[in-house]
Amino acid sequence: MSSWFEKHLPKIVLAPSFIAIILFVYGFIAWTAWVSFTKSRLMPKYDIVGFIQYDRLFDSPRWDVAINNLFIFGFLFILISMFLGLIIAIFLDQKIRIEGALRTIYLYPMALSLIVTGTAWKWMLNPGLGLEAVIKNLGFNNFTFDWLINPDFAIYTVVIAGVWQASGFVMALFLAGLRSVDQEIIKAAQVDGVPTVKIYTAIIIPSMTPVFLSAFIVLAHLAIKSFDLVIALTGGGPGYATDLPATYMYTMAFSRGDIGQAASSAIIMMIVVFSVVVPYLYSELRNKNDQ
Amino acid sequence: MFKKLAVAAVATTFSLSASISYAGPKAEVLHWWTSGGEAKSVAVLQKEFSENGGTWTDMPVAGGGGDAAMTALRARVLSGNAPAAVQLKGPSIQEWYEEGALADISDVANKNNWSKVLPESIAGHMKCEGKWCAAPVNVHRIDWIWANASVLSSNGLSMPKTWEEFNATAKALQAKGIIPLAHGGQAWQDATVFEAVALGIGGANFFHDAFVKLDKKALQSDTMIKVFDQMRIMRGFVDKNFSGRDWNLATAMVMNGEAAFQIMGDWAKGEFLAAGKVPGKDFLCSSTPGEGFLYNVDSFAMFKVKGNERQEGQKLLAKLVVGKNFQKVFNLNKGSIPARTDVSLGEFDHCAHVSAADMNASSVGGTLLPSYAHGMALRGAQAGAITDTVTAHFNSNMSSKEAVAMLVKAIDNSK
Amino acid sequence: MINSVGKNQLNKIILRIFLYLILSVFVIYYLLPLFVMITTSLKSLEEIRTGSLIALPRNITFEAWGTAWSTACTGIRCEGLKPFFWNSIFIAIPAVIISTLIGAINGYVIAQWRFKGANIIFALMLFGCFIPFQVILLPMARVLGLIDLAGSISGLIFVHVIYGIGFTTLFFRNYYVSIPVELVKAAKIDGATFLRIFWSIFLPLSLPITVVTVIWQFTQIWNDFLFGVSFSEAGTQPITVALNNIVNSTTGVKEYNVDMAAAIIAAMPTLLVYIFAGKYFIRGLTAGSVKG
Repeated sequence: MSSWFEKHLPKIVLAPSFIAIILFVYGFIAWTAWVSFTKSRLMPKYDIVGFIQYDRLFDSPRWDVAINNLFIFGFLFILISMFLGLIIAIFLDQKIRIEGALRTIYLYPMALSLIVTGTAWKWMLNPGLGLEAVIKNLGFNNFTFDWLINPDFAIYTVVIAGVWQASGFVMALFLAGLRSVDQEIIKAAQVDGVPTVKIYTAIIIPSMTPVFLSAFIVLAHLAIKSFDLVIALTGGGPGYATDLPATYMYTMAFSRGDIGQAASSAIIMMIVVFSVVVPYLYSELRNKNDQ
Repeated sequence: MFKKLAVAAVATTFSLSASISYAGPKAEVLHWWTSGGEAKSVAVLQKEFSENGGTWTDMPVAGGGGDAAMTALRARVLSGNAPAAVQLKGPSIQEWYEEGALADISDVANKNNWSKVLPESIAGHMKCEGKWCAAPVNVHRIDWIWANASVLSSNGLSMPKTWEEFNATAKALQAKGIIPLAHGGQAWQDATVFEAVALGIGGANFFHDAFVKLDKKALQSDTMIKVFDQMRIMRGFVDKNFSGRDWNLATAMVMNGEAAFQIMGDWAKGEFLAAGKVPGKDFLCSSTPGEGFLYNVDSFAMFKVKGNERQEGQKLLAKLVVGKNFQKVFNLNKGSIPARTDVSLGEFDHCAHVSAADMNASSVGGTLLPSYAHGMALRGAQAGAITDTVTAHFNSNMSSKEAVAMLVKAIDNSK
Repeated sequence: MINSVGKNQLNKIILRIFLYLILSVFVIYYLLPLFVMITTSLKSLEEIRTGSLIALPRNITFEAWGTAWSTACTGIRCEGLKPFFWNSIFIAIPAVIISTLIGAINGYVIAQWRFKGANIIFALMLFGCFIPFQVILLPMARVLGLIDLAGSISGLIFVHVIYGIGFTTLFFRNYYVSIPVELVKAAKIDGATFLRIFWSIFLPLSLPITVVTVIWQFTQIWNDFLFGVSFSEAGTQPITVALNNIVNSTTGVKEYNVDMAAAIIAAMPTLLVYIFAGKYFIRGLTAGSVKG
């Protein structure tokens, strides 16, 4: 009995988490899928009526904007955050004297809730109050920076604030990655006279693929959940130009009392996310098993 | 022995807790009046409540004009733990009733003669299938136009009586470098201006057909195209930094003379008064050009709760909300007028008097209309569909015809 | 020869200057919002209305800070953020500890006791990190009602633990996976049990990754608004809900200085964690979590 217990203990220990995840993640996804086939309004109902909610969803120009924005925002946010994080990490790795202070400065935005940093960003990006006004006051009268109020560019201001918040964290990941690269190899390359840039591009960066995975997971997670960011910065505006699926879903479910519609948008959103994330994770995890 | 002691201890604890819970009426109140002035207004209610022996538990959730509060409300109802009273308004009261979530407070209403003291149209919003299920707090008027008095007088201009006059006045101001219309580019503010324009240009019947009955003929009419045309003109009167601006900052622009007009509900008056401005002297108020009166009635819906003390708390609260004293004090603070018709307006200002007189007149004339932009006329999904179109049109260079086509489609899609 | 060394030296100095220049530009980008928040919180409302956004305050006043902490109205109660601060502490600390412990033992099982299907379970947990939280609000509310945790601090802890497991497991699993499996094998031969190995071998090795996990979890839970607003009732609302009530009131005077002060106060615990534990954070990451 006790040896059976000991033998199966790892599984027993893992079981509660496993059950919790099945129930509270996958069970709830199934629940959402069910509700997306109903005519739920104010509160969830369970009589299935078919694909009405999906028809409505694809007919909605607002949803088009939201899903487009997810691609624009997600792509740029992940790419720029990774790039910036990597560059800063490499620069910081050059034996900078005040590294500790700089690191904290780059990292702190992650600690702040966007409920209010959104307000600060809103001011700074506002053409009449923020950067544009300041630079104009300096004498550059032709300077314009009005992305926040331009429906075609407003989504990029969301990227700016998003990158501001997350890139420091990515920097920390990359810095850690750089520090754990085998110093012997680098020294050998230096002795051989390989130029510094080449050392980075040919040796160090390729050896950090696992770091890219971690960074990707963290960033993708933040991109999908970028909800506070939009609410705080643009409120989805101008018009609904900066709506994201998460804000669309929230608006439908909670301010419009259209839960069926919200559920269908959630399902589409999860399909999109999973179709991007799953293959990536799958290849990464399989590679690791081969090791 | 030990067992006996334990039983005794448990018994006393139970009786203790029981005696505590019978201490008196209790009510948990979910609302989003959290700013200084608003909170003071609600505190008046809380004070009266506790003077009558009640215990008030405050559950404020601000944000998004109540979106966050509605999120919390759904979670609370689903978990079987609804608050006793919730700040709710318009058709959503009846929607919650249909979900079986609301309590019947008819006995309180009948005992206190609500049907006598409340105007019929307002009473209609408080009833669910003939039973009273909510208590009204105030009447906000939406179709107000606020102006900086000295900006107008120093330029030899006066309050516009028609939209043509408004456009001419605005152009004159623009030529002098004054922003004609202070506006914040948030969807609900766009919708607020839109409905004032629609009422002004189309008249009360048109407004009722289009935004209460959702009549396709009205929605597709030439009048609707004209309404969008006027919205395009209004867009030209707004400064370039309007996007995302909070409404009170727009009010501040009128106050300091940077801008001349603002179209906003009468909560804007509270902002003027808070800054020490005097109505009629520093700032002017008048209804937007055209007939009618758009109202937004704030109210507390009463949710089903378990337990005697909670149900009693709920009833006491309902009684006090419609009580004369609270109706007066709250509305003096908030800029609105009482929902009760028998409250003396002696202490109220000029704008409130205008509002009350117009409400009575339009009630008689059949032009007293629910505001669509503030969730009084339509269900959330439909009102939202209209707002989506309005804000998309206002923030792009879409033509009026395209906007009308989009409007019709969006409303179809929301049904 | 000497000439070329000198040139090299000069190049190096120029490069160095360039490096510091770029890093400074980034510093401005990162610090500007905080700068605006702090200076605004020290200004009077009048000065905010009339002055420039990035101007330094003319008369520094800490009034807004006092208001935000103890007298700002978050509804009828005008007690500032103070009472809500403690709610957040009571939610965040147990939730962080429990989810970290669960993550540690899960990571240990998945990385070191590779039974069949362990990787699938891990993948399922990982995908769970990506579920948008708006989706689970309503069913979770129902569940909390059924298990009688609705509106309570325990309910909020429960929710945060559940949705924290994915990330904590990920962190520990990736850390433990770099520890050779032979260690466990040797210990087993010596007769050590499953829990014994975890307790005496793995936990003592885990300080760096624990720091990382705790910082991550604490930040997430402390800054959470959505769960806080949905699953709390009067008396259990966390600080973010109170902050939101101060900042986002819709029809009233906006006191930006109080808003900003409140925001900084609400962020103080996480800020302090990042400032003081930031060093260990990088070290913890270096120690293996990022090795995959």
